[in-house]
Amino acid sequence: MTAESIQQAPDRDAERPVMPVPTEADETAAAVETPFRRFVSEFLESRLAMGAVFTLGAIILASILAPWITPQNPYDLAQVDILDGRLPPGSEAFSDYTMWLGSDGAGRDLYSAILFGLRISLVVGVSSALIAIAVGMSVGLLAAYVGGRVESIVMRIVDLQLSFPAALVALMLVALLGKGIDKIILALVVAQWAYYARTVRGSALVERSKEYVEAASSLGLSHARIMFRHILPNCLAPLIVVGTIQTAHAIALEATLSFLGVGLPQTEPSLGVLIANGFEYMLSGKYWISIFPGIALLITIVSINLVGDQLRDVLNPRLKR
Amino acid sequence: MIRRLLQSAIVILAMSAIVFFGVNVVGDPVHMLINPEADQEDIEATIRALGLDRPISEQYWFFLKGIWSGDFGKSFIFGQPALQLILQRMPATMELAFAALFLAIFIGIPLGLYAGLKPESKASRGIMAVSILGFSLPTFWVGLVMIIVFAVELGWLPSTGRGDTATFLGMTSSFFTLDGLAHLCLPAFNLALLKISLVIRLTRAGTREAVHQDYIKFARAKGLSDRRIIGVHLLKNILIPVVTVLGLEFGSLIAFSVVTETIFAWPGMGKLLIESILVLDRPVIVAYLMIIVALFVVINLVVDIVYSLLDPRVRLRDQGA
Repeated sequence: MTAESIQQAPDRDAERPVMPVPTEADETAAAVETPFRRFVSEFLESRLAMGAVFTLGAIILASILAPWITPQNPYDLAQVDILDGRLPPGSEAFSDYTMWLGSDGAGRDLYSAILFGLRISLVVGVSSALIAIAVGMSVGLLAAYVGGRVESIVMRIVDLQLSFPAALVALMLVALLGKGIDKIILALVVAQWAYYARTVRGSALVERSKEYVEAASSLGLSHARIMFRHILPNCLAPLIVVGTIQTAHAIALEATLSFLGVGLPQTEPSLGVLIANGFEYMLSGKYWISIFPGIALLITIVSINLVGDQLRDVLNPRLKR
Repeated sequence: MIRRLLQSAIVILAMSAIVFFGVNVVGDPVHMLINPEADQEDIEATIRALGLDRPISEQYWFFLKGIWSGDFGKSFIFGQPALQLILQRMPATMELAFAALFLAIFIGIPLGLYAGLKPESKASRGIMAVSILGFSLPTFWVGLVMIIVFAVELGWLPSTGRGDTATFLGMTSSFFTLDGLAHLCLPAFNLALLKISLVIRLTRAGTREAVHQDYIKFARAKGLSDRRIIGVHLLKNILIPVVTVLGLEFGSLIAFSVVTETIFAWPGMGKLLIESILVLDRPVIVAYLMIIVALFVVINLVVDIVYSLLDPRVRLRDQGA
């Protein structure tokens, strides 16, 4: 979101000429300590980051396994009993299991609803981030490689878009497009591609002037091959960092839009939708319907951010010890 | 300067095209603009009255002419001109945004200074941890927790509405009544949280850089008191980036107030937007989007100008690059 862009703003000049470290794709020569192994060991140096990786792994696993590790499919009407509605955490459900996190207004077990909601949140966040990366990466790479007028037009559009907060862009788009999972993904992609385009263009510009690119082009390789097989792998480090953090943003943004009622419809109950559903019960003291899905969202976002921060530290050549 | 103005005008024009075609091409304007209970004859009459049977380019021209004279059409729900409706709600939003800005400055800068001057102390680490949280937590979630803690559990502060307003020096605002201030507390803090974190980070980074500069060492050698060094020499230099960023962020405060206003039932224009999206009140949506775009373009323009006045190096760098 905006925070990200602004954070970089004061030292943008310092950021621009960042040289990405040669990543694991290139150097495979060192037998004992491959760059990938060094990367892993450096990454795991921080306990916090290690914890974040495990938490994130557990979250992803739990959301994949949701149908098998929850007592109830919250969207199978046959399994939901309206009599179980708004039970506080730890209550015994009508059909013989304990609702550790309570139940929502329609009698769904919140624990089950959260895991199923996590699935939707993650799918929306990750797929929009991947599409946005693909689009932004290609545009940024092309701009840096072709240069000239194409570059100046593309970068003007990017700068223009980045002068608006991503949340606002996404909100505008859903205001125009309406609800639905595909529309949300589209809105998130449009709101975020520019970050990737800027990142990739920045590092591709540095790479383009290096000898190996010259060597590749004097070998007569095609432009596409030089761009994607030679320049791109060397621009991956910053892209991975930005990608991780933007994925967290995408998940938070989707939750925000869904909470406002302009994101996903009730038929696709992501965490944001669950929180929104609980909002009406909150003033009467039934805090759990909103709070538990919120905590799940929080843990997800914070652990992705922690992983992203550590990636930044490890992949940043200026901080090499 | 003139180029910059021209550029802004082009941006607004481009956005008007996007918004217009977004409303009229992506969706079916007949469905969106006409009361669904109207019969066939009425529908055809309205289509003709709205000019929907004309070619699209002509329609766009009419739309532009309408904007020029401030006519965005009438709201379907309120029956008032859309522009008037939004302008009525604007003071409440502005009030919230200014209150948040105030909090960001008067909480963010002192904490950031402290964290920058004593980077190793426990309190500083605490401040930084909180600011990281402030970045990662979605605004709407923090708002919910604040309502639960301060309004539902403790019952200290009201959580919905704007409270009493009073007129002072020709301005009607809730700044001037106790009840109004109490209502302002939670929403303003909620909106400010992200900006407080941002200001803390910026101030801290600036401070850490500045304490090693020669002018600080010189001031110290001259035997000036700490208070004077920090309050005058240091603060003056770190304020430039902070002020700029806050200027730019003011726009995003207004954009994010959509979320805060919805949670705290604050009767501003952001809440109006969400309500309009939910009932498909298109003229209001279009008017809101155009106003926000214009606002952003103006803010960016003003910040650019102010920045080049504050810091002459900016202009030099532009020419060099």
